[in-house]
Amino acid sequence: MVDFLIFLEVVLNGLMAGVMYALVALGFVLIFKASGIFNYAQGVMALFAAATLVGLINGQVPFAHMISAITGVKVHHFGWHINAFLAIALTGLVMFALAVVIERYILKHLVNQEPIILFMATIGLAFFMEGFSDLMWGSELKALDVGIPKGIVEPLDEATFNAFGYGMYIDWLDVYATAIAIILVVSLTLFSQYTKTGRALRAVADDHQAALSVGISLRRIWVIVWTIAGIVALVAGIMWGSKSGVQFSLSLIALKALPVLILGGFTSIPGAIVGGLIIGVGEKLFEYSIGPMIGGATENWFAYVLALAFLIFRPQGLFGDKIIERV
Amino acid sequence: MFYREAGDFKTSYAADGQTFPISFDKARYFFVLFIAFIIIPLVINDYWEKSILIPFLVWSIAALGLNILTGYCGQVSLGTGGFMAVGAYGSYKLMTAFPDINIFFHIVAAGGITAAVGIFFGLPSLRIKGFYLAVATLAAQFFLVWLFNKVSWFYNYSASGQITAPTRTVFGIEVTGPTAEPWATYLFCLVFVFALAWIARNLTRGRMGREWMAIRDMDIAAEIIGVNPLKAKLTAFAVSSFFIGIAGALYFTVWFGAVEPTEAFGIIQSFRVLFMIIIGGLGSIFGCFAGAAFIVLLPVLLKNIFVGMLGWPTDLAAHLEFVILGGLIVFFLIVEPHGLAQLWRVAKEKLRLWPFPH
Repeated sequence: MVDFLIFLEVVLNGLMAGVMYALVALGFVLIFKASGIFNYAQGVMALFAAATLVGLINGQVPFAHMISAITGVKVHHFGWHINAFLAIALTGLVMFALAVVIERYILKHLVNQEPIILFMATIGLAFFMEGFSDLMWGSELKALDVGIPKGIVEPLDEATFNAFGYGMYIDWLDVYATAIAIILVVSLTLFSQYTKTGRALRAVADDHQAALSVGISLRRIWVIVWTIAGIVALVAGIMWGSKSGVQFSLSLIALKALPVLILGGFTSIPGAIVGGLIIGVGEKLFEYSIGPMIGGATENWFAYVLALAFLIFRPQGLFGDKIIERV
Repeated sequence: MFYREAGDFKTSYAADGQTFPISFDKARYFFVLFIAFIIIPLVINDYWEKSILIPFLVWSIAALGLNILTGYCGQVSLGTGGFMAVGAYGSYKLMTAFPDINIFFHIVAAGGITAAVGIFFGLPSLRIKGFYLAVATLAAQFFLVWLFNKVSWFYNYSASGQITAPTRTVFGIEVTGPTAEPWATYLFCLVFVFALAWIARNLTRGRMGREWMAIRDMDIAAEIIGVNPLKAKLTAFAVSSFFIGIAGALYFTVWFGAVEPTEAFGIIQSFRVLFMIIIGGLGSIFGCFAGAAFIVLLPVLLKNIFVGMLGWPTDLAAHLEFVILGGLIVFFLIVEPHGLAQLWRVAKEKLRLWPFPH
């Protein structure tokens, strides 16, 4: 029974890690559907959003380091603390501004380029934003606390310990993250199904030219989509940041989202969720059962190798559109 | 005035198909070789060797390799760092297992091992392309680095997990190890760069290169006119990995002398090489050198400006470097998607007509 409980614990923790991956992958899918761009910068957007949030909450002076290097004036903090909700709203505004800037200065000029060129442009964007975020808010590890409870879920721990003699370990943070992710996905689905903007988004995803011909402004749609992706990145940033602090490694979750997308298909929102869950559970189970035999730390590559194996048998992913090629 | 075909008569097919059809170009080429092989070894010092020339040469080889795969064959790879690690560990194992054989052969053999690994990880390219392939190569990147970290056979069970290049000689002159002279290491790398660039240039303008380019431009159409995609893609992976393996071997043996896989061969190196070929120019041999020079010189330049002249702290300069590099990538993709090589081409076209442009 204890064995089964440990197994269940691994699966549950994997599911919750999977939700986190799915959150990042969701941002990718939104942008990919609306603009055909594979946005490598999604992870860095999460980093930037989380760093901005921490900076706003703590009243950090932006570019403090640079200002002191140029002018010699030592400034660190404004000396105030902003309420977390207000700071989240402000960060949302920053992400909107970012979307406008990206559309205006990058996307507009790259219309009709090959997808791979656009992909590389987002790699450049990722580097830019990473440096920019470090310049603005500093590169040190920052703690993020927006009031989400942390720590072990005690009732579950006690109940399982009393019943079977083994206390299961589940973190409150993961539970909340899962709940928030579910709310986010449901509201996104409702938004895209029942609002005018949502319908426009779906129209653009279906066919750019047809959407243009019925009077949908592509540029406006892109700003909206990048803003939504920015907000998804903010949510992902808050979750990962509360879990392990805001630091550079946050941007590497973007890479973890790639196999998730391969599994789920690049164009499917449910696919991103299911793919995230499969990767999350798969890598935890693999690490738990096979990891000790081959030296551990298999989480670094398991997801990619799984995706690779998957690609060979079903290149379009679980829920992706069938790939049709024409000359 | 000097740079034109007029008066330069070709009387045979061989003369017509040569790499440098304009005599001024040919003279310039030999002039560059003269500077590189004779003048620089005479004046080189330790700083120039370690922070500019050797990095430039090593990255040029890696960029040549990736450009063959991405620029000529159209297969995007993010596994360059992992393949460089294969070259480095391959050369290390060979150097320690067969100490009597000349290091030159070890490095070539390390390239061969990397080519085999490259073919293996290139197999998925037969079914998938674009981003999907990029993700598949990411699997190579993370898996290989993990492998070299975890399997102690690869680093000969050393306690630190590092590999250290033993001192080796060519013609009795030390080329690796802490006491090697700058000119010796420089020349050793230069020989590889020269030979590999020559091979790359001639492969890409021959039948094989044309097959790669056909696959790049439209793979299905290429298949229909009789290009075997299996052969074309796998040869591209093999040749590309061979180059990258040699770059990795030189990176470890000559440049650093001791490496640790996570730091030295991380994903950042894959992106660095990708940036080189984007900035230099996809599908251009000259572009590889231009891109490598650019990426090697940019940090040196920025460091000299910000830290040396303005006196800013180094971490600030490092962050600014990211901002500038990222900005430049986007700028190049928007303004000149064919990179520095295209600017060079345009300049040559202009020179041909100069001073009478109409």
